[in-house]
Amino acid sequence: MKPAPFEYIRPESLAQVCELLAADEDARIIAGGQTLVPMLAMRLARPARLIDILRLPGLSGIREEDGAVVIGATTRQAHALQNALVRSALPLLAQALPWVGHPPTRNRGTVGGSIANADPSAEIPLVAVTLGADIVFATPQGETSMPADDFFIGPMVTSISPGDCISAIRFPVWSHQRIGVGFHEISARKSDFAFVSAAAQVAVDEEGRCIEIALGVGGVGDRALRLDVSHLVGTRLDTTSIAEAVTAVAAGLEAASDLHASADYRRRVAVTLGARALGDAYADAGGKHPTGAAR
Amino acid sequence: MKVELKVNGQTRIADVEPRQTLLDTLRDDLHLTGAHAGCEHGVCGACTVLLDGDAVRSCLIFAVQADGYDITTIEGLAPAPGELSVIQDAFCETHGMQCGYCTPGMVLSAHTLLQRTLTPSREDIVDAISGNICRCTGYGQIVEAVEMAADRLRKSNALRAAHEVSK
Repeated sequence: MKPAPFEYIRPESLAQVCELLAADEDARIIAGGQTLVPMLAMRLARPARLIDILRLPGLSGIREEDGAVVIGATTRQAHALQNALVRSALPLLAQALPWVGHPPTRNRGTVGGSIANADPSAEIPLVAVTLGADIVFATPQGETSMPADDFFIGPMVTSISPGDCISAIRFPVWSHQRIGVGFHEISARKSDFAFVSAAAQVAVDEEGRCIEIALGVGGVGDRALRLDVSHLVGTRLDTTSIAEAVTAVAAGLEAASDLHASADYRRRVAVTLGARALGDAYADAGGKHPTGAAR
Repeated sequence: MKVELKVNGQTRIADVEPRQTLLDTLRDDLHLTGAHAGCEHGVCGACTVLLDGDAVRSCLIFAVQADGYDITTIEGLAPAPGELSVIQDAFCETHGMQCGYCTPGMVLSAHTLLQRTLTPSREDIVDAISGNICRCTGYGQIVEAVEMAADRLRKSNALRAAHEVSK
Protein backbone atom coordinates (compact mmCIF):
# COMPACT_ATOMS: atom_id res chain seq x y z
CA MET A 1 0.00 0.00 0.00
CA LYS A 2 2.66 2.50 -0.97
CA PRO A 3 2.18 4.97 -3.83
CA ALA A 4 4.47 4.88 -6.85
CA PRO A 5 7.07 7.71 -6.93
CA PHE A 6 5.95 11.15 -8.04
CA GLU A 7 7.22 14.68 -8.06
CA TYR A 8 5.58 17.10 -5.59
CA ILE A 9 5.02 20.73 -6.47
CA ARG A 10 3.33 23.46 -4.44
CA PRO A 11 2.61 26.35 -6.81
CA GLU A 12 2.01 29.93 -5.66
CA SER A 13 -0.86 30.92 -7.93
CA LEU A 14 -3.81 29.48 -9.83
CA ALA A 15 -2.22 30.63 -13.11
CA GLN A 16 0.84 28.59 -12.28
CA VAL A 17 -1.39 25.56 -11.56
CA CYS A 18 -2.91 25.84 -15.06
CA GLU A 19 0.58 26.19 -16.58
CA LEU A 20 1.86 23.11 -14.78
CA LEU A 21 -1.20 21.09 -15.75
CA ALA A 22 -0.91 22.16 -19.39
CA ALA A 23 2.80 21.28 -19.47
CA ASP A 24 2.40 17.71 -18.28
CA GLU A 25 -0.53 15.44 -19.00
CA ASP A 26 0.64 13.11 -16.23
CA ALA A 27 0.17 15.83 -13.61
CA ARG A 28 -2.72 15.68 -11.14
CA ILE A 29 -4.07 18.18 -8.67
CA ILE A 30 -4.07 17.21 -5.00
CA ALA A 31 -6.02 19.14 -2.38
CA GLY A 32 -7.39 17.23 0.65
CA GLY A 33 -6.29 13.94 -0.92
CA GLN A 34 -8.97 11.89 0.80
CA THR A 35 -9.88 10.08 -2.43
CA LEU A 36 -6.70 10.55 -4.45
CA VAL A 37 -4.26 9.23 -1.84
CA PRO A 38 -6.09 5.87 -1.45
CA MET A 39 -6.07 5.60 -5.24
CA LEU A 40 -2.33 6.30 -5.25
CA ALA A 41 -1.78 3.79 -2.44
CA MET A 42 -3.65 1.11 -4.37
CA ARG A 43 -1.83 2.28 -7.50
CA LEU A 44 -5.09 2.83 -9.32
CA ALA A 45 -3.62 6.23 -10.12
CA ARG A 46 0.06 6.83 -10.96
CA PRO A 47 0.55 10.49 -11.79
CA ALA A 48 4.11 11.66 -12.46
CA ARG A 49 3.52 14.95 -10.66
CA LEU A 50 1.23 16.07 -7.86
CA ILE A 51 0.32 19.74 -7.81
CA ASP A 52 -0.74 20.71 -4.30
CA ILE A 53 -3.34 23.51 -4.32
CA LEU A 54 -4.38 23.22 -0.68
CA ARG A 55 -2.50 26.31 0.48
CA LEU A 56 -3.12 28.51 -2.54
CA PRO A 57 -4.25 31.91 -1.26
CA GLY A 58 -7.85 32.87 -2.02
CA LEU A 59 -9.02 29.35 -2.82
CA SER A 60 -10.46 28.63 0.62
CA GLY A 61 -13.32 30.39 2.36
CA ILE A 62 -17.07 30.96 2.24
CA ARG A 63 -18.73 34.23 1.26
CA GLU A 64 -22.08 35.59 0.16
CA GLU A 65 -22.20 37.18 -3.27
CA ASP A 66 -25.14 38.28 -5.46
CA GLY A 67 -27.76 35.91 -4.08
CA ALA A 68 -25.34 33.00 -3.87
CA VAL A 69 -23.01 31.42 -1.36
CA VAL A 70 -19.60 30.95 -2.91
CA ILE A 71 -17.50 28.20 -1.38
CA GLY A 72 -13.83 28.19 -2.27
CA ALA A 73 -12.62 24.92 -3.78
CA THR A 74 -10.18 24.07 -1.02
CA THR A 75 -12.60 24.84 1.82
CA ARG A 76 -12.56 21.84 4.16
CA GLN A 77 -15.82 19.92 4.37
CA ALA A 78 -15.61 20.23 8.18
CA HIS A 79 -15.33 24.03 7.93
CA ALA A 80 -18.33 24.21 5.59
CA LEU A 81 -20.31 22.09 8.04
CA GLN A 82 -19.50 24.43 10.93
CA ASN A 83 -20.01 27.61 8.92
CA ALA A 84 -22.85 29.89 10.05
CA LEU A 85 -23.58 31.18 6.53
CA VAL A 86 -23.89 27.64 5.17
CA ARG A 87 -26.23 26.72 8.02
CA SER A 88 -28.49 29.73 7.48
CA ALA A 89 -28.39 30.20 3.69
CA LEU A 90 -27.62 26.66 2.44
CA PRO A 91 -29.53 24.38 4.82
CA LEU A 92 -29.57 21.56 2.27
CA LEU A 93 -25.77 21.48 2.12
CA ALA A 94 -25.62 21.68 5.93
CA GLN A 95 -27.93 18.68 6.13
CA ALA A 96 -25.95 16.66 3.57
CA LEU A 97 -22.43 17.32 4.85
CA PRO A 98 -22.60 15.05 7.94
CA TRP A 99 -23.08 12.17 5.47
CA VAL A 100 -19.79 12.95 3.72
CA GLY A 101 -17.17 10.53 5.04
CA HIS A 102 -16.23 10.64 8.72
CA PRO A 103 -15.05 13.51 10.95
CA PRO A 104 -11.33 12.84 10.21
CA THR A 105 -11.85 12.73 6.43
CA ARG A 106 -14.03 15.86 6.55
CA ASN A 107 -11.26 17.65 8.44
CA ARG A 108 -9.01 17.16 5.45
CA GLY A 109 -11.34 16.62 2.47
CA THR A 110 -12.40 19.68 0.49
CA VAL A 111 -15.69 20.78 -1.04
CA GLY A 112 -14.06 21.30 -4.45
CA GLY A 113 -12.34 17.93 -4.27
CA SER A 114 -15.64 16.13 -3.89
CA ILE A 115 -17.01 18.04 -6.90
CA ALA A 116 -13.92 17.28 -9.00
CA ASN A 117 -14.04 13.61 -8.08
CA ALA A 118 -17.64 13.35 -9.40
CA ASP A 119 -18.58 10.17 -7.59
CA PRO A 120 -22.20 9.36 -8.59
CA SER A 121 -23.10 8.63 -4.96
CA ALA A 122 -21.35 11.64 -3.40
CA GLU A 123 -23.45 14.09 -1.41
CA ILE A 124 -21.87 17.44 -2.35
CA PRO A 125 -22.34 16.89 -6.12
CA LEU A 126 -25.94 15.85 -5.38
CA VAL A 127 -26.63 19.10 -3.54
CA ALA A 128 -24.89 21.07 -6.32
CA VAL A 129 -27.06 19.44 -9.00
CA THR A 130 -30.27 19.67 -6.95
CA LEU A 131 -29.84 23.38 -6.24
CA GLY A 132 -28.43 24.19 -9.68
CA ALA A 133 -25.02 25.37 -8.46
CA ASP A 134 -22.36 26.74 -10.78
CA ILE A 135 -18.88 25.26 -10.82
CA VAL A 136 -16.27 28.02 -11.18
CA PHE A 137 -12.87 27.06 -12.56
CA ALA A 138 -9.64 28.57 -13.74
CA THR A 139 -8.50 27.86 -17.28
CA PRO A 140 -5.35 29.03 -19.09
CA GLN A 141 -7.64 31.67 -20.70
CA GLY A 142 -9.04 32.90 -17.39
CA GLU A 143 -11.92 32.13 -15.05
CA THR A 144 -15.13 30.56 -16.30
CA SER A 145 -18.08 28.65 -14.89
CA MET A 146 -20.56 25.97 -15.79
CA PRO A 147 -23.87 24.70 -14.32
CA ALA A 148 -23.36 21.58 -12.16
CA ASP A 149 -25.78 19.68 -14.37
CA ASP A 150 -23.48 20.18 -17.39
CA PHE A 151 -20.33 19.66 -15.33
CA PHE A 152 -21.00 16.06 -14.29
CA ILE A 153 -20.95 13.61 -17.20
CA GLY A 154 -20.62 10.18 -15.62
CA PRO A 155 -18.85 8.27 -12.86
CA MET A 156 -15.67 10.24 -12.03
CA VAL A 157 -16.01 12.02 -15.38
CA THR A 158 -16.58 15.77 -15.70
CA SER A 159 -16.53 18.20 -18.60
CA ILE A 160 -13.57 20.09 -17.17
CA SER A 161 -10.44 20.11 -19.39
CA PRO A 162 -7.22 18.56 -18.09
CA GLY A 163 -5.56 21.98 -17.84
CA ASP A 164 -8.31 23.53 -15.67
CA CYS A 165 -8.66 23.79 -11.91
CA ILE A 166 -11.88 24.27 -9.93
CA SER A 167 -11.66 27.46 -7.89
CA ALA A 168 -15.12 27.70 -6.28
CA ILE A 169 -18.68 26.41 -6.21
CA ARG A 170 -21.46 28.99 -6.38
CA PHE A 171 -24.60 27.70 -4.64
CA PRO A 172 -27.76 29.76 -5.31
CA VAL A 173 -29.58 30.99 -2.20
CA TRP A 174 -33.37 31.04 -2.25
CA SER A 175 -34.78 34.36 -1.15
CA HIS A 176 -38.17 33.03 0.04
CA GLN A 177 -39.19 33.38 3.68
CA ARG A 178 -40.25 29.79 4.35
CA ILE A 179 -37.72 27.25 3.16
CA GLY A 180 -37.35 23.65 4.21
CA VAL A 181 -34.97 20.84 3.34
CA GLY A 182 -34.87 17.06 3.51
CA PHE A 183 -32.01 14.63 2.99
CA HIS A 184 -32.04 10.83 3.11
CA GLU A 185 -29.48 8.21 2.29
CA ILE A 186 -29.07 4.45 2.44
CA SER A 187 -25.66 2.80 2.66
CA ALA A 188 -24.26 -0.41 4.13
CA ARG A 189 -22.71 1.47 7.07
CA LYS A 190 -22.96 5.08 8.16
CA SER A 191 -20.92 7.26 5.84
CA ASP A 192 -20.08 4.51 3.39
CA PHE A 193 -20.86 5.20 -0.25
CA ALA A 194 -24.60 5.71 -0.67
CA PHE A 195 -26.58 3.12 -2.60
CA VAL A 196 -29.17 5.83 -3.05
CA SER A 197 -29.46 9.34 -1.64
CA ALA A 198 -32.15 11.97 -2.05
CA ALA A 199 -32.12 15.71 -1.43
CA ALA A 200 -35.05 18.13 -1.50
CA GLN A 201 -35.57 21.82 -0.90
CA VAL A 202 -39.02 23.40 -0.84
CA ALA A 203 -40.28 26.97 -0.35
CA VAL A 204 -43.89 27.60 0.63
CA ASP A 205 -46.12 30.68 0.95
CA GLU A 206 -48.24 31.65 4.01
CA GLU A 207 -50.97 29.27 2.89
CA GLY A 208 -48.61 26.31 2.64
CA ARG A 209 -48.56 26.25 -1.15
CA CYS A 210 -45.25 25.44 -2.81
CA ILE A 211 -43.48 28.35 -4.48
CA GLU A 212 -40.35 26.52 -5.53
CA ILE A 213 -39.27 22.87 -5.39
CA ALA A 214 -35.93 21.20 -6.04
CA LEU A 215 -35.47 17.44 -5.84
CA GLY A 216 -32.43 15.34 -6.67
CA VAL A 217 -31.23 11.76 -6.30
CA GLY A 218 -27.71 10.36 -6.13
CA GLY A 219 -26.26 6.88 -6.49
CA VAL A 220 -29.01 5.72 -8.86
CA GLY A 221 -27.53 6.48 -12.24
CA ASP A 222 -24.02 7.34 -13.31
CA ARG A 223 -24.27 10.84 -11.82
CA ALA A 224 -26.46 12.89 -9.51
CA LEU A 225 -29.78 13.73 -11.15
CA ARG A 226 -32.20 16.59 -10.66
CA LEU A 227 -35.81 15.44 -10.95
CA ASP A 228 -38.45 17.76 -12.34
CA VAL A 229 -41.44 18.00 -10.02
CA SER A 230 -42.20 21.62 -10.89
CA HIS A 231 -45.87 20.81 -11.62
CA LEU A 232 -46.31 20.64 -7.82
CA VAL A 233 -45.61 24.38 -7.55
CA GLY A 234 -48.77 26.22 -6.47
CA THR A 235 -50.16 23.18 -4.63
CA ARG A 236 -50.19 21.95 -1.05
CA LEU A 237 -48.33 18.64 -0.82
CA ASP A 238 -49.83 15.45 0.58
CA THR A 239 -48.70 11.83 0.64
CA THR A 240 -50.53 11.01 -2.57
CA SER A 241 -49.35 13.96 -4.61
CA ILE A 242 -45.76 13.44 -3.47
CA ALA A 243 -45.84 9.69 -4.17
CA GLU A 244 -47.36 10.22 -7.61
CA ALA A 245 -44.95 12.97 -8.57
CA VAL A 246 -41.83 11.16 -7.38
CA THR A 247 -42.90 7.83 -8.88
CA ALA A 248 -43.51 9.52 -12.22
CA VAL A 249 -39.98 10.94 -12.39
CA ALA A 250 -37.92 8.33 -10.50
CA ALA A 251 -39.48 4.94 -11.19
CA GLY A 252 -38.22 4.88 -14.77
CA LEU A 253 -34.70 6.11 -14.12
CA GLU A 254 -31.81 4.33 -15.73
CA ALA A 255 -30.06 2.72 -12.77
CA ALA A 256 -26.82 0.86 -12.23
CA SER A 257 -26.60 -2.72 -10.92
CA ASP A 258 -23.60 -3.79 -8.88
CA LEU A 259 -22.57 -6.06 -6.02
CA HIS A 260 -24.33 -3.85 -3.49
CA ALA A 261 -27.70 -3.20 -5.07
CA SER A 262 -29.64 -4.10 -8.19
CA ALA A 263 -30.96 -1.47 -10.58
CA ASP A 264 -34.50 -2.34 -9.58
CA TYR A 265 -33.71 -1.88 -5.89
CA ARG A 266 -32.07 1.47 -6.60
CA ARG A 267 -35.13 2.72 -8.50
CA ARG A 268 -37.50 1.63 -5.73
CA VAL A 269 -35.36 3.22 -3.04
CA ALA A 270 -35.03 6.40 -5.11
CA VAL A 271 -38.84 6.69 -5.15
CA THR A 272 -39.11 6.04 -1.41
CA LEU A 273 -36.26 8.31 -0.32
CA GLY A 274 -37.22 11.01 -2.83
CA ALA A 275 -40.75 11.08 -1.39
CA ARG A 276 -39.39 11.11 2.16
CA ALA A 277 -36.98 13.96 1.44
CA LEU A 278 -39.72 15.96 -0.27
CA GLY A 279 -42.16 15.37 2.59
CA ASP A 280 -39.58 16.38 5.17
CA ALA A 281 -38.63 19.49 3.20
CA TYR A 282 -42.28 20.51 2.92
CA ALA A 283 -42.89 20.03 6.64
CA ASP A 284 -39.61 21.80 7.46
CA ALA A 285 -40.73 24.77 5.36
CA GLY A 286 -43.84 25.12 7.48
CA GLY A 287 -46.31 23.04 5.52
CA LYS A 288 -48.10 20.17 7.25
CA HIS A 289 -46.09 16.94 7.23
CA PRO A 290 -47.77 14.82 4.57
CA THR A 291 -47.77 11.71 6.74
CA GLY A 292 -48.84 13.62 9.83
CA ALA A 293 -45.65 12.39 11.49
CA ALA A 294 -44.03 14.56 14.13
CA ARG A 295 -40.54 15.72 13.29
CA MET B 1 12.91 16.47 0.13
CA LYS B 2 13.65 17.97 3.53
CA VAL B 3 10.60 18.61 5.67
CA GLU B 4 10.32 20.39 8.97
CA LEU B 5 7.55 18.95 11.10
CA LYS B 6 6.30 20.25 14.40
CA VAL B 7 5.42 17.09 16.30
CA ASN B 8 4.20 17.13 19.89
CA GLY B 9 5.64 20.60 20.35
CA GLN B 10 9.08 19.78 18.96
CA THR B 11 10.46 20.70 15.57
CA ARG B 12 11.75 17.60 13.81
CA ILE B 13 13.49 17.39 10.46
CA ALA B 14 13.18 14.44 8.11
CA ASP B 15 14.44 13.71 4.63
CA VAL B 16 11.59 12.07 2.75
CA GLU B 17 10.50 11.00 -0.69
CA PRO B 18 7.36 12.90 -1.75
CA ARG B 19 5.42 9.62 -1.81
CA GLN B 20 6.16 8.93 1.85
CA THR B 21 3.08 9.36 4.01
CA LEU B 22 3.10 11.30 7.25
CA LEU B 23 2.34 7.97 8.96
CA ASP B 24 5.49 6.29 7.63
CA THR B 25 7.55 9.38 8.43
CA LEU B 26 6.31 9.44 12.02
CA ARG B 27 6.94 5.74 12.48
CA ASP B 28 10.10 5.12 10.48
CA ASP B 29 11.96 8.43 10.62
CA LEU B 30 10.81 9.94 13.91
CA HIS B 31 10.31 6.59 15.70
CA LEU B 32 6.89 7.59 16.97
CA THR B 33 5.21 4.22 16.55
CA GLY B 34 2.01 5.07 18.40
CA ALA B 35 0.19 5.88 15.17
CA HIS B 36 -0.52 2.43 13.73
CA ALA B 37 -0.42 1.34 10.12
CA GLY B 38 -3.63 -0.56 9.47
CA CYS B 39 -5.23 -0.40 6.04
CA GLU B 40 -2.96 2.36 4.71
CA HIS B 41 -5.72 3.67 2.48
CA GLY B 42 -7.88 5.72 4.77
CA VAL B 43 -10.48 3.23 5.93
CA CYS B 44 -9.53 2.01 9.40
CA GLY B 45 -8.45 5.09 11.38
CA ALA B 46 -5.59 3.31 13.22
CA CYS B 47 -3.19 6.00 11.95
CA THR B 48 -5.19 8.95 13.33
CA VAL B 49 -3.16 11.97 14.46
CA LEU B 50 -4.14 15.57 15.17
CA LEU B 51 -3.32 18.38 12.73
CA ASP B 52 -3.85 21.72 14.45
CA GLY B 53 -6.11 19.87 16.89
CA ASP B 54 -8.28 18.16 14.26
CA ALA B 55 -8.24 14.38 13.89
CA VAL B 56 -6.98 13.29 10.47
CA ARG B 57 -5.68 10.11 8.88
CA SER B 58 -1.89 10.27 8.68
CA CYS B 59 -1.86 7.63 5.92
CA LEU B 60 -3.73 10.06 3.64
CA ILE B 61 -1.27 12.93 3.98
CA PHE B 62 2.21 13.00 2.56
CA ALA B 63 4.91 14.23 4.91
CA VAL B 64 5.77 16.94 2.37
CA GLN B 65 2.25 18.36 2.88
CA ALA B 66 2.46 18.40 6.65
CA ASP B 67 4.92 21.23 7.32
CA GLY B 68 3.57 24.19 9.24
CA TYR B 69 0.93 22.22 11.11
CA ASP B 70 0.91 21.43 14.81
CA ILE B 71 1.02 17.64 14.72
CA THR B 72 -0.02 15.70 17.82
CA THR B 73 0.44 11.95 18.04
CA ILE B 74 -0.72 9.65 20.82
CA GLU B 75 2.74 10.12 22.38
CA GLY B 76 1.89 13.79 22.87
CA LEU B 77 -1.26 13.27 24.93
CA ALA B 78 0.12 12.04 28.24
CA PRO B 79 0.96 14.85 30.68
CA ALA B 80 4.33 13.29 31.61
CA PRO B 81 6.36 10.14 30.87
CA GLY B 82 4.75 7.15 32.56
CA GLU B 83 1.45 8.93 33.04
CA LEU B 84 -1.80 8.71 31.14
CA SER B 85 -4.25 11.35 30.01
CA VAL B 86 -7.72 11.22 31.54
CA ILE B 87 -9.06 9.67 28.34
CA GLN B 88 -6.30 7.04 28.16
CA ASP B 89 -6.92 6.17 31.78
CA ALA B 90 -10.66 5.78 31.15
CA PHE B 91 -9.92 3.37 28.27
CA CYS B 92 -7.88 1.23 30.69
CA GLU B 93 -10.50 1.32 33.37
CA THR B 94 -13.47 0.34 31.18
CA HIS B 95 -11.45 -2.17 29.16
CA GLY B 96 -12.04 -0.01 26.09
CA MET B 97 -9.55 -2.13 24.20
CA GLN B 98 -8.47 -5.70 23.65
CA CYS B 99 -5.66 -6.01 21.12
CA GLY B 100 -4.98 -2.26 21.32
CA TYR B 101 -4.35 -1.75 17.63
CA CYS B 102 -7.13 0.79 17.15
CA THR B 103 -6.67 2.40 20.57
CA PRO B 104 -4.37 5.34 19.73
CA GLY B 105 -6.77 6.41 16.98
CA MET B 106 -9.80 5.95 19.22
CA VAL B 107 -8.20 7.99 22.01
CA LEU B 108 -7.27 10.83 19.63
CA SER B 109 -10.74 10.90 18.07
CA ALA B 110 -12.24 10.99 21.56
CA HIS B 111 -9.76 13.72 22.50
CA THR B 112 -10.97 16.04 19.71
CA LEU B 113 -14.58 15.42 20.71
CA LEU B 114 -13.94 16.23 24.36
CA GLN B 115 -11.99 19.34 23.39
CA ARG B 116 -15.22 20.61 21.82
CA THR B 117 -17.66 19.46 24.49
CA LEU B 118 -17.61 17.75 27.86
CA THR B 119 -21.29 16.84 27.63
CA PRO B 120 -21.36 14.67 24.51
CA SER B 121 -24.44 12.57 23.79
CA ARG B 122 -24.01 8.92 22.92
CA GLU B 123 -24.65 9.88 19.26
CA ASP B 124 -21.87 12.49 19.43
CA ILE B 125 -19.46 9.84 20.70
CA VAL B 126 -20.50 7.29 18.09
CA ASP B 127 -20.13 9.91 15.37
CA ALA B 128 -16.71 11.00 16.64
CA ILE B 129 -15.33 7.44 16.53
CA SER B 130 -17.29 6.40 13.41
CA GLY B 131 -14.12 6.63 11.34
CA ASN B 132 -12.16 4.30 13.62
CA ILE B 133 -12.62 0.57 13.15
CA CYS B 134 -12.28 -1.80 16.11
CA ARG B 135 -12.49 -5.53 15.45
CA CYS B 136 -12.33 -6.68 19.10
CA THR B 137 -14.50 -4.79 21.53
CA GLY B 138 -17.78 -4.33 19.72
CA TYR B 139 -17.39 -0.63 20.58
CA GLY B 140 -19.54 -0.76 23.73
CA GLN B 141 -16.67 -0.34 26.16
CA ILE B 142 -15.04 2.28 23.97
CA VAL B 143 -18.17 4.42 24.15
CA GLU B 144 -18.22 3.81 27.91
CA ALA B 145 -14.60 4.94 28.15
CA VAL B 146 -15.37 8.22 26.41
CA GLU B 147 -18.42 8.75 28.62
CA MET B 148 -16.33 8.12 31.72
CA ALA B 149 -13.57 10.44 30.55
CA ALA B 150 -16.11 13.19 29.80
CA ASP B 151 -17.59 12.77 33.26
CA ARG B 152 -14.18 12.95 34.94
CA LEU B 153 -13.12 15.97 32.93
CA ARG B 154 -16.37 17.73 33.83
CA LYS B 155 -15.73 17.14 37.49
CA SER B 156 -12.03 17.94 37.41
CA ASN B 157 -10.51 21.14 38.72
CA ALA B 158 -8.31 21.60 35.69
CA LEU B 159 -8.38 24.95 33.93
CA ARG B 160 -10.59 24.95 30.89
CA ALA B 161 -10.99 27.08 27.84
CA ALA B 162 -13.39 29.99 28.32
CA HIS B 163 -16.05 28.53 26.02
CA GLU B 164 -16.24 25.39 28.16
CA VAL B 165 -16.64 27.35 31.39
CA SER B 166 -19.38 29.55 30.01
CA LYS B 167 -21.58 26.55 29.14
